[in-house]
Amino acid sequence: MAASSERSPPPFPDLEEPELLEDRDEGADACHRRSTGTSISEMDSPSPDTSRPPKDIFNEPPEDIFSDPLSNINSEPQKKVDAKISSPSSDEAVDLFSEPLDDDSEVMSSPEVQNPMPDLLSEPKSGVLGEPPVQKNAARQQDVFEEPPKGSSKSSSVKKAASAEMLGDDDEEEDLFKEPPKVVTRKPQPSGPPVDVFTEVKSDVKVKPQVKDDPTDLFSEEALTAPAPKPSANSSSSSRTNGVHSEEQDLFSEATVELSLDSPRNDRKKDAVKPSVSAPAAPEASSSSKAPSKTLEELEEEESEDKFDLNISVTNPEKVGDGMNAYMAYKVSTQTSLTMFRSKTFTVRRRFSDFLGLFEKLSEKHSQNGYIIPPPPEKSILGMTKVKVGKEDPSSAEFVERRRAALERYLQRVVCHPSLLQDPDVREFLEKEELPRAVSTQALSGAGFLKMLNKATDAVSKMTIKMNEQDVWFDEKIQDVENEEQHLRKLHVMVESLVNHRKELSGNTAVFAKSVAMLGSSEDNTALSRALSQLAEVEDRIEQLHQEQASNDFFTFSELLADYIRLLGAVRGCFDQRMKAWQRWQDAENMLQKKRETEAKLLWANKPDKLQQAKDEIAEWEAKVTQYERDFERISATVRKEVIRFDKEKARDFKRQIIKYLESVLHSQQQMIKYWEAFLPEAKAIA
Amino acid sequence: MTSISEDSDKEKVRSVSVDLNNDASLVIDIPDALCERDKVKFTIHIKTTLSSFQKSEFSVPRQHEDFIWLHDTIVETEEYAGLIIPPAPPKPDFEGPREKMHKLGEGESSMTKEEYAKMKQELEAEYLAVFKKTVQVHEVFLQRLSSHPMFRKDRNFQIFLEYDQDLTVRRKNAKEMFGGFFKNMVKSADEVLISGVKEVDEFFEQEKIFLLDYSSKIKDATAKAEKMTRSHKNVADDYNHISGAMNSIAADNNTAFKKTISVCVLQKLEDRVASDQELKLTELLRYYTRDIQAAKDLLYRRARALADYENSNKTLDKARLKGKDIAQAEENQKQCLRKFDKLSESGKKELTSFKARRVVAFRKNLIEMTELEIKHAKNSMSLLQGSIEILNSN
Repeated sequence: MAASSERSPPPFPDLEEPELLEDRDEGADACHRRSTGTSISEMDSPSPDTSRPPKDIFNEPPEDIFSDPLSNINSEPQKKVDAKISSPSSDEAVDLFSEPLDDDSEVMSSPEVQNPMPDLLSEPKSGVLGEPPVQKNAARQQDVFEEPPKGSSKSSSVKKAASAEMLGDDDEEEDLFKEPPKVVTRKPQPSGPPVDVFTEVKSDVKVKPQVKDDPTDLFSEEALTAPAPKPSANSSSSSRTNGVHSEEQDLFSEATVELSLDSPRNDRKKDAVKPSVSAPAAPEASSSSKAPSKTLEELEEEESEDKFDLNISVTNPEKVGDGMNAYMAYKVSTQTSLTMFRSKTFTVRRRFSDFLGLFEKLSEKHSQNGYIIPPPPEKSILGMTKVKVGKEDPSSAEFVERRRAALERYLQRVVCHPSLLQDPDVREFLEKEELPRAVSTQALSGAGFLKMLNKATDAVSKMTIKMNEQDVWFDEKIQDVENEEQHLRKLHVMVESLVNHRKELSGNTAVFAKSVAMLGSSEDNTALSRALSQLAEVEDRIEQLHQEQASNDFFTFSELLADYIRLLGAVRGCFDQRMKAWQRWQDAENMLQKKRETEAKLLWANKPDKLQQAKDEIAEWEAKVTQYERDFERISATVRKEVIRFDKEKARDFKRQIIKYLESVLHSQQQMIKYWEAFLPEAKAIA
Repeated sequence: MTSISEDSDKEKVRSVSVDLNNDASLVIDIPDALCERDKVKFTIHIKTTLSSFQKSEFSVPRQHEDFIWLHDTIVETEEYAGLIIPPAPPKPDFEGPREKMHKLGEGESSMTKEEYAKMKQELEAEYLAVFKKTVQVHEVFLQRLSSHPMFRKDRNFQIFLEYDQDLTVRRKNAKEMFGGFFKNMVKSADEVLISGVKEVDEFFEQEKIFLLDYSSKIKDATAKAEKMTRSHKNVADDYNHISGAMNSIAADNNTAFKKTISVCVLQKLEDRVASDQELKLTELLRYYTRDIQAAKDLLYRRARALADYENSNKTLDKARLKGKDIAQAEENQKQCLRKFDKLSESGKKELTSFKARRVVAFRKNLIEMTELEIKHAKNSMSLLQGSIEILNSN
């Protein structure tokens, strides 16, 4: 059955074909038989839906459940569409199409489950919902024909809906996700079986019509499904989402196919089958757990656009303890109207390592999903030691203030991220009185060493992985980010030197002021002497001004740049995660290829006893490949969204900060004018 | 130099640090200068009604060394011992910008095109500023000479102005250079000694104390001001770099940055001007450092004369004691006394005028500087306001 799901032709198609056909027939039969409801529990285990272990589903099982059928539905209609395109007459297509649907309604006898389907197929409109199934069919059909007759015309509409989900288009995606919950709420109530019904439906839908038509037709259809997504993946602009779907569809066809393949030998091979199918099921679960979070995130994002009400400030740095064990504790106050928090305002005390611990937790959980986790300020042993040892010296005060500001910005960035805000750890960090001490943040501890080692291996693997980027967007973006980081670094160096030079200037101005004062004191012309001492005063004030400006330079401009350099590092980390996912996928692909070759050899050598094992392995690796590919597509989608979000935030942030900075400069210029204007009459009074 | 008029606009513009009386009988300016490698050729333009000159209007080419020669001859002339001799113009120093230019050429590959162009432009501006400054100090030197009732009649000065070929004064050879160096050593040692000599005239005593004090203070102030302007320049440079970096970011990434760039570019210009204007202050201080040195030299010469006089008195006493050469010693003593008196008299006059001149120059420059500061601050303020508005509306 590899032929249908595989992209490259199998090594020995001739040999396989008859067998495959047989298998399929058998499988279909078996399926059919079973679908009448003999052994639901048997079905349970191999189907991807049901094998999803409940523990995977974090706190929100209902969402999980609906997301799965969704993807099923996504894949199904697409297949049908492809089939339709292949058929020469439209009448036939109508037949083909309406048939399974009727089946659906028969078998399921629950109209709610259907809702997602028409929604996905037609442009989601609210009106479609309430209509009877027949009309729905018609509407759908219409849709199909209204669309430009491109190779994957129908699937593109589905994709559109799907890509809406990815990219956060509001209307469509809202529909997509608002409706399923109805199904969901319905579903858990009948405790289990309904889920099975759904899987059954799926297999029915897929297999039944095929069996009813003659097998050759079925085969051509199958053959078409496989290549259909391919050209579109290469050519169409929505190649990425396209990939997701074709792949999903593959997965499902495969799953069902496996099912039918194995069912005849179920008695013998059941044990073998189970793990192989549950392999894709597990990631499925993880994926489904992500899907709802994504939707939440989107909703959140919309919210955040108009009313994001969460105000976090870090204040009151305080030294706790003495000597080398001393640390700085900061007051983290939150002010919010979000309902997810227990109260409107609350305050906790946190130390620096707690902030780092939060980052560790977040990056552990989310970074492999492709989220941009805002990095915390760096540990500074030197600065902290100074604080620990020194009493009250200006440089350590500056250090503490700098860190405080950085921590504040860090937290604000974290909560600005809609999905990170949802993280229980973040909430805990903001709300909980006492946090368990973060342990692995010590720069020189064993854990730190391990981390360093990990980073080193990562760096090595990064160098060795050569990814040929297919997605133009990513290609450009990666370049952009790298360039930008470079530029920002450069700019940062400049601004740092500006700060230093301005400090120098302020110092020199002070010295000059003193010197002028001396000159004034020894000047024997009274008016001139007066003017000179006035000048000294003016210069003194200007020195103050320069000093203020220097700190403004630093806090509003230089720190902003430093932050963004770190953030860009995080963005690159995301790209790396994506690349890793890609690498995993490619590895699995290679493995699969190898397994196939062994199978072919075995076939050639005619060793049927090992052949079965090889087949199982192939199945296993196929599942892995599809799963990894899906992971990759998912991470790509997330990264893409994250980067877009990041860009938006960045533009906003920069604008705000630069305005602030310019205002500070403006202010100092105003002061300057004031001082000099006051001096002018003095200068004129010299005579 | 007693009468100081400010009504000549042209003079006011030209001379930064000193006010010179506007005497139409001899007008000197340097309209043009040519820089070739380490030599600078000035074209000196003279317009005169004095009968001592053959033509009423002419130009001569002169080099920096010629100016030095002129200064030296004047210093060496006995007659002018009682006058404040205008300080010689400093040697033109194009090393700074030239070196930078060189560095720029080396670093050309590592910079973007715009950055390079901007740096080059900047350097050219700096070079031009230095050049202008150099021309100006030379001009001022000549103008001070020409406006002085004694110096303008000086033979060497007239030769300097009139001789229409290259002067090609003999460059100091090594021995002479060494001699000059030695002379300086002796002089400064003498200065220390003489500062201990008891002053007979209260005016001069006071003047001496004041000048010594003032010169050290003004030297200090000059150094500090130089430092300040230098760091100001650094800041301006930083702005320049920042705007460059911003530009390149914006070129890469057409987001919200674009508007801010123009801001920074202009802001850098602002700072540049600000530092230019600080240069004005520094220049003033620097010039007066030299001028005060000249005044101190006058005092020194006078003190020298005083010492000579005292010495001659002693010899006279000795001669009287011994009873021989009395006439010669008396003659000598009389001469010394005459010389000293003359020096004191002219010195007094010179110093008073110097004081007045200094006060006026300070006043003028301080006012100008303040006005410039205000102007620049206002400019940059409106600029900033504009850009903030643009950003806000964007």
